[in-house]
Amino acid sequence: MSEHGVYFDHAATSQLRPEAAEALRAALAVAGNPSALHRAGQRARARLEEAREELAAAIDADPSEVIFTSGGSEADSIAVLGGRRARGGRLLVSAVEHPAVLGARDRGAELIPVTDAGLVDVDAAAEMLQDDVAVVSVMWVNNETGIVQPVEELRRLAQASGAWFHTDAVQALGHVPLSFRGSGVDMLSLSAHKVGGPVGIGALVARREVRPAPVGLGGGQEREVRSGTGMVALAASFAAAATVATGELATESARLGAFGDRIAEALRALGATVNSHAAPHAPHIVNATFPGTRADDLLFLLDQRGVYASVGSACRAGVHQPSEVLLAMGRSEAEASSTLRFSMGWTTTAGDVERLLAVLEETVPLAQSAFR
Amino acid sequence: MRVLAAMSGGVDSAVAAARMVAQGHDVTGVHLALSKNPESYRSGARGCCSLEDSHDARRVADKLDIPFYVWDFAQEFHRDVVEDFVAEYAAGRTPNPCLRCNEKIKFAAVLERGMKLGFDAVATGHYARLERRADGRVTLHRAADAAKDQSYVLGMLNQEQLAHCLFPLNDVEKPVVRQEARELGLGVAKKPDSHDICFIPDGDTQGFLGKHLGEQRGSIVDAEGAVLGEHRGHHRYTVGQRKGLDLKVPAPAGNPRYVLRIEPKSNTVVVGSREELAVRELRAIRPTWTLDPVPGPWRGEAQFRAHGTPMAAEIEVVGEELLVRFDEAASGVAPGQTVVTYDGDRVVGSAVIAEARGCG
Repeated sequence: MSEHGVYFDHAATSQLRPEAAEALRAALAVAGNPSALHRAGQRARARLEEAREELAAAIDADPSEVIFTSGGSEADSIAVLGGRRARGGRLLVSAVEHPAVLGARDRGAELIPVTDAGLVDVDAAAEMLQDDVAVVSVMWVNNETGIVQPVEELRRLAQASGAWFHTDAVQALGHVPLSFRGSGVDMLSLSAHKVGGPVGIGALVARREVRPAPVGLGGGQEREVRSGTGMVALAASFAAAATVATGELATESARLGAFGDRIAEALRALGATVNSHAAPHAPHIVNATFPGTRADDLLFLLDQRGVYASVGSACRAGVHQPSEVLLAMGRSEAEASSTLRFSMGWTTTAGDVERLLAVLEETVPLAQSAFR
Repeated sequence: MRVLAAMSGGVDSAVAAARMVAQGHDVTGVHLALSKNPESYRSGARGCCSLEDSHDARRVADKLDIPFYVWDFAQEFHRDVVEDFVAEYAAGRTPNPCLRCNEKIKFAAVLERGMKLGFDAVATGHYARLERRADGRVTLHRAADAAKDQSYVLGMLNQEQLAHCLFPLNDVEKPVVRQEARELGLGVAKKPDSHDICFIPDGDTQGFLGKHLGEQRGSIVDAEGAVLGEHRGHHRYTVGQRKGLDLKVPAPAGNPRYVLRIEPKSNTVVVGSREELAVRELRAIRPTWTLDPVPGPWRGEAQFRAHGTPMAAEIEVVGEELLVRFDEAASGVAPGQTVVTYDGDRVVGSAVIAEARGCG
């Protein structure tokens, strides 16, 4: 067990990769504002553009399509709110989006339902899609269940109706094959720290002709869409992490996928329902419901034993709310409150998996007895 | 010992947790979220429900370097404390919600969950003292600081609960607690005490009840049934109340009149003289015992309010009820209140007052 414990919460944040740490350290030494015209500024600008090119190469996009943001949430906000403002019209988002997209529900976004298996209902989306839709947003990989959404089908439908199609690919990067060009989507959101980069940077990747309106004020440093001084060191570090993560994709997804299958099988033997593995899913997330428990109790018992997992859903004032994703999948409040997410990443070892399973075998009965 | 420290975000529970850590126990902090929507109960102030309180508790846990969690008991709290509070008033009784919360939440649901999750005891910041007897059983006593003594609100705990309780503030006075908090560098050292009912942040109990029970006009009568005035809901009155009666008919000889009792079925408030308010005897239901039941009759003291004066009395179990006969007349005794009985400074048990009787 490392100083981080047995860490099964990579989908919340992963550990900084050595390559990303090194790139960060080196680029922090670059003085100068990349928007300045002097030589110092030019050197900073050069490092920022290098990072942009490196990240673009990792996801098969054109560098001009990469807009650095403060993270996945800002990228999502620009895509849905800025996208709608630029075009005017309706906004359709799936019922299982991350809060950074789902929050648009309070600003008139309509929700596309999901099936019991957690897949966005393509037929329902087709019915909702008229020629008055500005933006459709459906995530690539769900952050709680790990389920891979039918993005290709939905993208075709959306674009055929004239809408822009955006996908939150924060949990897809480094875990499933991802080509921006190949996907054909109009906009795509990424986050650095989910793949071993630093917290505080992400990107909105948008085709050249797709121009969402800015949602924040400022100098418009990033393609007139996102404002704020160019984040040279963070971008360099992000690019380094993304390069390693996508480079190792084939071997890592096989490795983590095997771990995931092993965990899923063991959890079923413990009486759990494995939600992630009932549909096409990313290799790094196992989502399971433990009947007759409170997720909070199970998390606590795991935590005490140095095993860090998550419920995956939002937390308000330190209290976990029942997972909206599972509720949208037709699960009861009790089921949604007894569900955990185990997410893996580049530091996960076979030993971690064995420790997790041993601890679960011990703690699931305890959590069941603590549940009245 | 593996200790679960209930941390409200106030200075008392913070120092209680700190003392447990200092004694070498394996301590975990837990803050109880008692409202689904903390802002609706209280914002920017103090009390057991606010976001600031959970933040304050967390920062104390950080300082003590102990794990900290928030446990969601909002549903249970609403059902067992808030709804019960409203229902009791609707039935013409006067409940004590803090006692109810201790009985149903803190020393029931939380204690039980803690035990099942592997803890040996729950520590709170209550001012009360426990003694472990030679036979291993635990007795509950008044705290050293008489002004802060909270044994009354713990009076309904039974032996099984007491066996798993720790009250680290048993022997201190409030200024010492603040001093300890300062020395530990805890941010809550200067935080004011909370006095209000936590789910009525503005202290306007009448307003809160009015919102839940609405306006129901009824009569204010004297003991003979003569109508003296009108009221807008019997829940606006408590036994012993003198102000705000707004009576149209002046009392004989100008003596002030007090609320004697509330009759919820006819929505009537009965008033009378100070003498008529005097209570010699009360009948209380659902008796609980800190040790074994004491059938009596025995002589001890009875207290029926959190900071009320203990009254000498003869106490006896009659059937399934507790009968308390005061040596001297008590006043302001209302059905719904809990009577806690003491043998010296030791808590013997509790019961819920069903009926108060005058000199008769």
